[in-house]
This record gives sequence, structure tokens and C-alpha cells, in this order.
Amino acid sequence: MPKRQDIKSILVIGSGPIVIGQAAEFDYAGTQACLALKEEGYRVILINSNPATIMTDTEIADKVYIEPITLEFVSRILRKERPDALLATLGGQTGLNMAIELDESGILDELDIEILGTKLEAIHKAEDRDLFRTLMNELGEPVPESDIIHNMEEAKRFVERIGYPVIVRPAFTLGGTGGGICHNDEQLHEIVASGLKYSPVTQCLLEKSIAGFKEIEYEVMRDAEDTAIVVCNMENIDPVGIHTGDSIVVAPSQTLSDREYQMLRNVSLKIIRALKIEGGCNVQLALDPYSFDYYIIEVNPRVSRSSALASKATGYPIAKLAAKIAVGLTLGEMMNPVTGRTYAAFEPALDYVVSKIPRWPFDKFEAAKRNLGTQMKATGEVMAMGRTFEESMLKAVRSLETGQFHLELKNGKDMSDEWIEKRIRKAGDERLFFIGEALRRGVTIETIHDWSQIDLFFLEKFDKIVRYEEILQQNPFDYETAKKAKRMGFADRTIAKLWDTEEAKVYEWRKEQGLMPVYKMVDTCAAEFESETPYFYGSYEDENESIRTDKESVIVLGSGPIRIGQGVEFDYATVHSVWAIKEAGYEAIIINNNPETVSTDFSISDKLYFEPLTIEDVMHIIDLEQPKGVVVQFGGQTAINLADKLEKNGVKILGTTLEDIDRAENRNKFEAALHEIGIPQPLGKTAVSTEEAVVIASDIGYPVLVRPSYVLGGRAMEIVYNESDLIHYMEHAVEASPEHPVLVDRYLTGEEIEVDAICDGENVLIPGIMEHIERAGVHSGDSIAVYPPQNISQQQIDTLTDYTTRLAKGLNIVGLLNIQYVISKGEVFVIEVNPRSSRTVPFLSKITSIPMANIATKAILGQSIIDQGYTTGLAPLKKGVYVKVPVFSFAKLRRVDITLGPEMKSTGEVMGKDVTLEKALYKGLAAAGMEVKDHGTVLLTVSDKDKEEAVGLAKRFRDIGYQIMATGGTAQAFESAGIAVAEVGKIGAEGRTLLDVIQNGDAQIVINTLTKGKQPERDGFRIRRESVENGVPCLTSLDTAEAMLRVIESMTFQAEEMGAGV
Amino acid sequence: MKRYLILEDGTVFAGEAFGAQTASFGEVVFNTSMTGYQEILSDPSYCGQIVTMTYPLQGNYGINSDDFESIEPAVKGIVVREAADFPSNFRSTMSLSELLEKKGIPGIAGIDTRKLTRLIRVNGSIKGILTAAGEDPDFEQVIEKLQETDLPTDQVAQVSIKRPYPSPGRGKRVVLIDYGMKHGILRELNKRKCDVIVVPHNTSAQEILAWGPDGVMLSNGPGDPKNVPECVGVVGELLGAVPIFGICLGHQLFARACGAETFKLKFGHRGGNHPVRDLSTGKIEITSQNHGYAVDEETLQGTRLKVTHTALNDGTNEGLAHLDYPAFTVQYHPESSPGPEDSNYLFDRFLEMMNAQRKEQQHA
Repeated sequence: MPKRQDIKSILVIGSGPIVIGQAAEFDYAGTQACLALKEEGYRVILINSNPATIMTDTEIADKVYIEPITLEFVSRILRKERPDALLATLGGQTGLNMAIELDESGILDELDIEILGTKLEAIHKAEDRDLFRTLMNELGEPVPESDIIHNMEEAKRFVERIGYPVIVRPAFTLGGTGGGICHNDEQLHEIVASGLKYSPVTQCLLEKSIAGFKEIEYEVMRDAEDTAIVVCNMENIDPVGIHTGDSIVVAPSQTLSDREYQMLRNVSLKIIRALKIEGGCNVQLALDPYSFDYYIIEVNPRVSRSSALASKATGYPIAKLAAKIAVGLTLGEMMNPVTGRTYAAFEPALDYVVSKIPRWPFDKFEAAKRNLGTQMKATGEVMAMGRTFEESMLKAVRSLETGQFHLELKNGKDMSDEWIEKRIRKAGDERLFFIGEALRRGVTIETIHDWSQIDLFFLEKFDKIVRYEEILQQNPFDYETAKKAKRMGFADRTIAKLWDTEEAKVYEWRKEQGLMPVYKMVDTCAAEFESETPYFYGSYEDENESIRTDKESVIVLGSGPIRIGQGVEFDYATVHSVWAIKEAGYEAIIINNNPETVSTDFSISDKLYFEPLTIEDVMHIIDLEQPKGVVVQFGGQTAINLADKLEKNGVKILGTTLEDIDRAENRNKFEAALHEIGIPQPLGKTAVSTEEAVVIASDIGYPVLVRPSYVLGGRAMEIVYNESDLIHYMEHAVEASPEHPVLVDRYLTGEEIEVDAICDGENVLIPGIMEHIERAGVHSGDSIAVYPPQNISQQQIDTLTDYTTRLAKGLNIVGLLNIQYVISKGEVFVIEVNPRSSRTVPFLSKITSIPMANIATKAILGQSIIDQGYTTGLAPLKKGVYVKVPVFSFAKLRRVDITLGPEMKSTGEVMGKDVTLEKALYKGLAAAGMEVKDHGTVLLTVSDKDKEEAVGLAKRFRDIGYQIMATGGTAQAFESAGIAVAEVGKIGAEGRTLLDVIQNGDAQIVINTLTKGKQPERDGFRIRRESVENGVPCLTSLDTAEAMLRVIESMTFQAEEMGAGV
Repeated sequence: MKRYLILEDGTVFAGEAFGAQTASFGEVVFNTSMTGYQEILSDPSYCGQIVTMTYPLQGNYGINSDDFESIEPAVKGIVVREAADFPSNFRSTMSLSELLEKKGIPGIAGIDTRKLTRLIRVNGSIKGILTAAGEDPDFEQVIEKLQETDLPTDQVAQVSIKRPYPSPGRGKRVVLIDYGMKHGILRELNKRKCDVIVVPHNTSAQEILAWGPDGVMLSNGPGDPKNVPECVGVVGELLGAVPIFGICLGHQLFARACGAETFKLKFGHRGGNHPVRDLSTGKIEITSQNHGYAVDEETLQGTRLKVTHTALNDGTNEGLAHLDYPAFTVQYHPESSPGPEDSNYLFDRFLEMMNAQRKEQQHA
């Protein structure tokens, strides 16, 4: 069928900020979709609130709106743009829910806008638990015994009938928010309550647990002519019971016979046809390991994280083709973009094994519950390919960047057998490594199967890896033994440990022996057809297919899995760098291991190597490609951390030299440099022991800011107010040593300022200066950033421009740099300089229309900023006010304290843009999911040091008609200031406590600054968690509260009696 | 133990022996199915061939007692990247290697099968030898011998049954001519309650019609259709006398019987992911395929055949129907085993055809 001619313009809805359950995969899907629609000649209008995305680049769509994805704002855009149609199945759950809301509001009928692709009716049938079960019954397809419940009584009745364990799945939520498995009444109470709260329709599915079944997924596609295909099937190594986003997954399935494979394929296609899906769809199934019995778990009627994974695993671009199907094209008429000579109606054949391992944020959130269940907790994932299962799995392990290179735990040897058994029985983020340790201790695979229900096939493979360690150890530097090890995916680092030598020695020896990997193409067809896709993975085989071209090449290192502190912003910069390299006439080669991203779309670079970002794997590619050099400054800390070893291997680091990177990052050298340049910084020194830290702190005076050097996202950074806290920190949070020094700085309060700049060695371009709403001490990634600054003088701006220019030149920066300043008592201090791309690069690039990563890359390649057509100094101010508001995923991470501090906690960000700060903030908060209500009640509990300031805020809240509630001390402070306040009891008090207030939804805003609470038993922590659990905005910084207040003030009129004076 | 795969173009792959210890000779082809090795190795159409599996891990779910497509596998050898020594599946009764050992089929593991596949893609299917386990051959001598040796031409006679046997049912009577039949075909007919009589490939038309069939099913089978002209003759005699449904080799024999020609494909279609367009509906099915020869559509002119299906990717013929008689055939495998079951409805179509024919006869 030819494409639709009756529609000309299409609105595409993006997925908004990165949160757990909805990450970079939708930037990948959305970008592909927009480009595909443009390619077909449609006018594409895009709305997405997330500025850190490629899809919100003005080149990707004809019109880009970075606005909140809410009914209010999307409706406004629809009225303005009058598109003919709407595409919502590529923006994750956010896009789908928005489409449903728009439809229900009647605006689509009013403006005669058609929904393309899968119809809403089908979406309802797939997502509404009741409708879905009815459909499955009609089709005769089994679903686990279950019931829809709307309240606790119904839940109890179901359990009486079915018995424990049961699974709770809230309807219409992301990544299973609020769901879980219940084994007893207590858990049932907790989980059902939270599930009902999170479901926008107050509906949960209670389901008989089929934990232990194999979990199998099929990624399917269908077009309007009813052609339906399977792009990829996947098998979760973790059996049913763990969210697929939190499961270790392999593709294709490994333990299914053809009969099982085809049985589940038939079911998947039957469902996609019954739902009349037009586009991509994900079907999750549970298969009894001991029979042909199966159940349908769920269906996602849209592209998803799994479809991004399937696209990268097979090469088959699902989102791109789904977009084209939405405008009427069919699978039988579209070409397979990978081969270019076969058709899209085709089921990819893999000739390699793919492994995916999730990346969890527990390294940052030590207090979080680490056990895994039906609610997703991972922020990102890595993928690896190999010609053996072992190779693919071990490559994925070392791609994680968690310090693990093997099936090994850091302190594994010291752990008790009981502990290991416990951690295998109860699935958690480190189960794979605990299994490795158990096998090493001789626990049989049958026993581990009993504990974990993981299929023996996989356990045997793990055991093979562990057993081979001994063989390796007994045969140091033996070619055949080493070859086998490499074919099993052993890292040089692991081999070196077993051989009692250094990693570099193993690499050298292998190179001498010619024991190097070759690169195989990912071509969708297992080599059956000729293909020219420049998409490769490494393996220890005979024939190399990645042929070096005559063109000079530049390698860009990507940023690996998405984690807190290193998000999609770095992929954004990586992609722009790749484009700039191509524009400059070089061959652009990218190495990355994150399947969710745009950078690992093979059509972005000239060559894509899907490989771990370790020195070994990167050097293999460099040895083969012999590039002009390697660009490390766009891949976040992942890439920067490799710079040192690369240079030691004689690789040219393009841009800022390693020495200068070190000058910016090494505290002592940085201090010396600042001294030389003549720029002030807060007093501070480097400590390599606890004793030294105590001495330094007493010299410069408390409070002090302490942190390890060389970290991203402020990991383990803290503000310490006295000596005993400092000692506690030094002994528990960090391991100070000469190799890992700890920085101790005077903590200055004041305005925090952030600047990004580009330097070509001589000229410095500063696209813009941003001011943080929250005072210094809150991590820049968690602060609301405002462009342009609102509270600083022209003189200070001049100082910032001058300092930035001098720092860039003085530190010999070539490329990007990011500087954090604090203005304390009118004076400007430098806090830190990051000689690399930063989180704010996409935000600032979009505001100023200065493509920062592009200019920086060209500067790195030798083209001056002037030659590129830009002037030096601070770029002219852009009209309007822009705010970047952080977005958190606390609802998904139980037991994590949400207090903002020096350690970063947000997972994503949104942008708000308008003519005034208040309007921009309103949009930013709305886009971040914080509902700003013009009336209601605010509940305050603040620490003594904040009371005075809180009085001012409370007064202003009263003035606009808000009710004030507060606990003891805070209430007293308000009363004595003459503010009407309702006192509520503290936790544990008699009568109505503040927890009741929060649980009953009686407060619309919670402001809580109760000390720093690292122990969960503390009240402040309870209050904050309770707010999160109940979906009430909880502000832990008075600055954020003030900002929100300003917004409300601007929305409302005063309620002031006569004679009081205005 | 070491084992070599030696190709007639002089390429040598060194790997590990598994399965039988013996050497073997055959045409080296590749199959891209990611599951279904048990069905593939027991498919008689692979008679005389050494099959390379492109998916690197084979034998993962072992061998079970249900999924055989013949009792005695006719394949000459299996080439894999890795043969699982620890299969895991509730139906598994032995490992892939154990089965091959029992059936006297050699296997080679540990070689770069993607390299081999690319070689076959570029040069076409190629003659090769799997050496005996542990043997140190004189490569030049082997290669010379390889070049001199011709592939067999009597595969159909090798794999077809020697005597007819019934597979009773209470429905339509179907005579199934076994040119190297996969059990899947019989299973599909039995599933539809057909009263099936399986007959040897060299059964005469007269004998077949003497069974009083409602329809005749032409099975799949190995090799070049030109090698069995007598079979073509029989199909020609049956045409018009009884409804016919043919699969794979059966399709090619039918085409030849109706005056069309067949030719050898460079490296064939072998796998479970081949898209085929049904020209009557425009719809696309993903099919299971295993054929080295194809019907030449250019030679259809002047025949009473019409094209019903074509391969989406290379445009070769995948299905034919007779314009005057109730007879249709497909190049691919609607019985799947292994592979997708999208075209399973073709068996229903055959039943409908037999029903319609009976009605016509009743009314006549």
C-alpha cells in the first residue's frame, strides 16, 4: 500500500524526562521516527520536554517544541499547529497516556486530528487489564488467574481464593511503578496501597504468581495489510518474577526447542493481529519449564525498551519502520535498511549471542532496597555480542563499569556461605556475581537452580567459566589455553590476575602471539545476503569483516550505560561530535555499549563498534583502525577515565591533552594552576588519610565539603559540619589513600553559577551563563538552572566571562569545559572545572542555537572558533527565560532519602521556557510532573537553622490563601511571627500526625529540611519517603520552595483585606 | 579430537570432532534457522549434504523423542560453531553429539561458521569432506579427490520407502508419494483425519489411482528434480485424474510434469525466515524453506500453470497452480518442522480442494 497522501503534517509526542522505566530508548525511537517521517515528505512537529535529547534538535523535526507534555500545553500546540495526525506510539508510556488524555478531552475530534499507527481502542485493549483479559479469553489464550481490584477488600478476597504469593500490577504505570510480589498480609497491604495510589485509574491487577516459569519476549511488527513478523525473541535468564527491565536477557532464546519457539511465536502473532497493531509491539510470555503450558504476561502496544534492545541486537530498526507503517507503508514494500537489498518483511537471523545486563543505581543509593521484583529499578543497561554465550555475557559484565570484569565479587572470598545463598535465593542486582562465587566454592548447579530457578543451561555456562579459571591459572602464557579463554570472553584483567601478572603484559603477549579478535558484521541475516552495514562486534574467530578504509578516521568513545550522573546528555554530545567529525571530512568511528541510545544507531556514524569500553576492547579497535586520534571529552567520565591508559599505549588523545585534563582534575595541580592564573577558589586541600582530613578541616573551619577526587555526579560528596561527622565520613564513605585522595574544601554559601565554554587553544566562546535556584551545596545536576542569570550584576557577569576565558586558556583547553562557580558575599570563586562535555551542553546549545559539541569537535580537529564563524567571549543574550528542572525517580527506589545535597540523585531533566522566570518555572515544574496548585495546604517541618527563612515563606503562602500546617517547633516559630498555623503531631505523637496528613492527601506541598538523615529511622526521612509514596511534591531546599512559591504567586491574585496595605 | 572440513576450492577449516568418528563427503550448504536442528538433521531432503548451522550454539535443548522428521537421518554431516555438551530442556533425552554418534553422522565444531557461510554465499554450494576424527590427511590429495568426485544423483531412491504403508484415518483418502518425506507432512494430513497411504517414489500412476484416493500429495525430497524423470512422468499421468498438492521437490516435479524447467540456485534457500508473497491476496508469509533448486518462471509461458507465490527477496518461484485441474504446489514447507507455521492453512486448502472435487463428481 502506498503511503498516505491525505495527511501532510504529523505531531510526534516524545517521552519526556528520563526516569527509571523510560530512558534513552525513546530518544532513539523518537529520533528514528521523526527522520523516517521527514524522509517520506511529511511535515513533522515534535513535542518533548526533555532538552537533553537528539530528537529535540531542530534538524530532526520541522518544528520542535520543548514544552511540558501535559494536556494544557499539548492542546495549545495542537491548536496552533493544526496537524493532520498524531503519532503517540513512539514516546513510551508518556506518549500513549498523553494521546489517551487528548482523545478523552475531545480536542482531537474538535480539530479533526487522526491518531496514526495503532488505534486507541487497541491500546486500551492491551493496557486495560480487564479488557486485555477479556480479549485473551476470546482468543483462548491463557493468562494467570487474576482479578482486577479497586480497593483493599477486593484484594483480600482474591488472596483468600487463590492464596499467596500474588503479584500486584497497577494499571497504566511506567516500569511497574507501585507493583510487587506479596507473600503475606503485611506485604499485600503495603504494595496494594501504593499500587492503587500510583495507578491513574486506581486499579490494580492481582495475579497468581507464576514465579519460576521461563520469561520469554517476542518483539513483533504488523502493518495495515496484516503482514506480521517477529523481529527478535529474547529469553530472560532470570525467570518470571523480576521485571524484564531488571532481568539479565539473552537473544535469541537459548533453551527453547523449535516447537516451543513456534508455539510462542504463533501466540504473539495471533495477539498482535487481534489487537490490530500497526507498528511495533512487545509480547511477554511465561513458559513452564516442564511442559508446553504457557501464559501471556503482558503486551506493550508500542515501541519499548525491549524493542530498542531488539533493534540493536538484530540491526533491524523497529522504530523507523513502525513510523513508516503508521503512515500506511507495508513491510512487504519497504526495504530492510540493513542489507538494502532484501525486504523489511523478514525475520532477522542472528549468528551471535546477545546479552543484556541492567545497570542499577545502588552504587549511589546504598540505603535502597537492592532486591528485584516486578518494579523496575535499573536506570540503564548494557548489551554485548559474542559468538559464544560466555563471551557475550562476560563482555556485558565488563561493559557495566561497576568495577567488575568477571563473575566475581570484590570481597567474595570473605562472605559466608549463608550470605551467598541468601543473595542468590533473593534476586538482587549482584545475583550473577554471587552465583559465580557459589560455583567457585563448589556449590552444584542443581543446588543453585533450586535457589534461583535459573535454567541449568545458563548455570552450566557460568560454571564453565568458573571452572576454566583453574585451567588458566595452571597454564600461564600458554597459547591454546589463552585462546580458549578469550573465546570464552575472559578479560585480560582476569587472565592477568590468574597469571599473577599485569593486564598490559597479557595484552602485549597476545599481540605478539597474534591472539587478537576479529570483527563480525551485524547484518540481520546471518551472512545470507550481502550487506554493507557498518555495524560490528568483536570476537575471537578467523575472518575479519571490518576493513580499514583509506580515509583518515577519528574514534569517539561513548558514555556507556545510563546511570545517575551520566545520562542521555552525554550521548547527545557524542552524536553531535560524530556528526562534526563527518562534516570535517574524516571517517567517524564510535565505540559504545548502550543499546538504548541514538549513538549506537548504526546510521549515525561511519562505523559502529558495539563493544565494552575497557582499555583492552578499545585498544583492539585502535590497533585495527589506526585512527588519527581518539576523542574522549564527550563520553562523560567513562571515556575520560580511559584517557590515561590510551596515552600510555601511544594513542593520541584529541583535544585537551591528558596532562591538562589532569591539571583540571587533580586537586593539587589544579590549585597550582589557579594560583598561576590568579583566580580564587574556596580554601581547601587534599587529604590521603583521616588524620590529615581532620587537620585540614580545623585549619579552614567548618562546615567543609568533602569528596573523593575523580568522580562524576558527586558520588560520596557531603557537607560536614563537625569533626565527628568528618571522621565518620572518612571511615565509612570513602577509602582515602595516596591513589585515591579526598578533597576537603571550605563550604561557601551563595549563588551557584554554571558556565559551559568552548576553547580552541586561543579563542574562548561562552555560549551562556546559568544560575542555580538552589544555593551551593545542592549538586548542579539536581538544581534548577536558569538562563540567563536573574540575580547577578553585570560586573559579576564580566568577572565570570573573564575567569572562564582565562581558565580555558590557562588550562590549555581544546574543546569543551564546564565550570562551577559560587558567588559568596559578592565575590566569585571557582568550585570546579570539568575539562569535558557536561550535562548542560544540550540545554545551552538549544537555548542559544550554538551547537556546542559540534564547534568543540571541529576545534579539536584544528578549525578555530573564528574560522567556524563565531566570535569570542560571552555570546549575545537570547530572549526569554529558560529553566532546567531535574526529575527524580524516587517513587521506584524504596528507602532512598530524597534530600538534595552534593550527591546527585536525579535521573533526568526537563526544560521550561517562557518570557518570565515564573512562567518558565511553571512549565518546568509541570513538565517535571509537579502539580502546581493555586490553593491548598503546605506542610512545613524545618530545622532550626532554617526557621527564620521558613517564616518568610510561610507568610507568603498565607498571603495567597494557602493553609499552613507545621509540626511543633516550626509551628511555634510561625505563631510567634503571627502566622495562622495548624499544628500537627510529629511521628509517633498522639492524635493526628503529619504522616496521617500526608497519607490522607491533606497537604499539597511538603517542605522538609530536617537535618541530613542517613539513617532511615529518622523522622525527616519518614516524612520525605511518605510524601514520595503518596505522590506529594516534597521540597528539601528552601530555594526550590521559594521558586515554587513565586510561581504560585504569579498565578494567583492576592487575598488581602482592606487597610492592610499591599 | 581434531577434525577438518575440506572444501573443493582448497579451503580447510580445522575444528573439533563430535558425533560419529567417520569421515564423510557431501555438498556443503548452510541453514539460518536459530532453532530446529533436530528436525533439520532428520529432514531427508538433506541427503548427500553437509549442513552448516549459522546460529553458533547448537544442541542447547538436546534431542527429544518427538521431533524427528525421519527415522534414519540422511544428512552427511553437521558443521557448528559450538555443540552443547550440556543440553537443557524437559523433553531432552540425549545430546546432539550422542544422536549423531548413534546415527553415524560426523560433526565438526569450533570453526568460524560465518566465514564458511560467506564463502558459500559468494561461491555457491560447494563439495566438501569431513575427515575422520583425529585423522591427519594429506590436504592436497583430499582436495584433488574432492574435485574429481561427483555428487550423487540417486538421493530420492536412497531415502524413499521401499514398500507402501498406511497411516489410517476416517477422512479423505490421500496417497502420499514419498520422495524423502518429512514426517511433518504426514502429521498434518493425519491431524486433518486423512486416511493416508504412503507409497514409494517409483509407484506408478495406475497403482496410485487404484487406491481410490481423494487426492495425491507429492512430498519434499532431496536433490535435482532432473534426476528423477520417471517421477515426473507419474505426476503427469495423475494430473487431472485427482487433486494434487505438492511441496518442495514435489512442487518441482509437478512444474516439470507441466512443461516448466527447473534450475539450481547458487546457494539455495535454507532457513525459517523466508518471506513469500501470496499473489492472490498480496499477503506475505514467513516460511520455512529448504531447497537448492527452483522452478524457472520464464519457462512457464505456454504451460497451463500460473504463479501463485514468489519469494520476496530474490523473486524466485515459490508456488504454482494449474489453470485447468485441481492441483497446486509450493516450494516451501507449510508443514514447517522446523520453522514458522504461517502457511499451515495450505493443508486446509488441499482438503477443501478434495471436498470440492468430490462434490463435483457427485453432481456430475
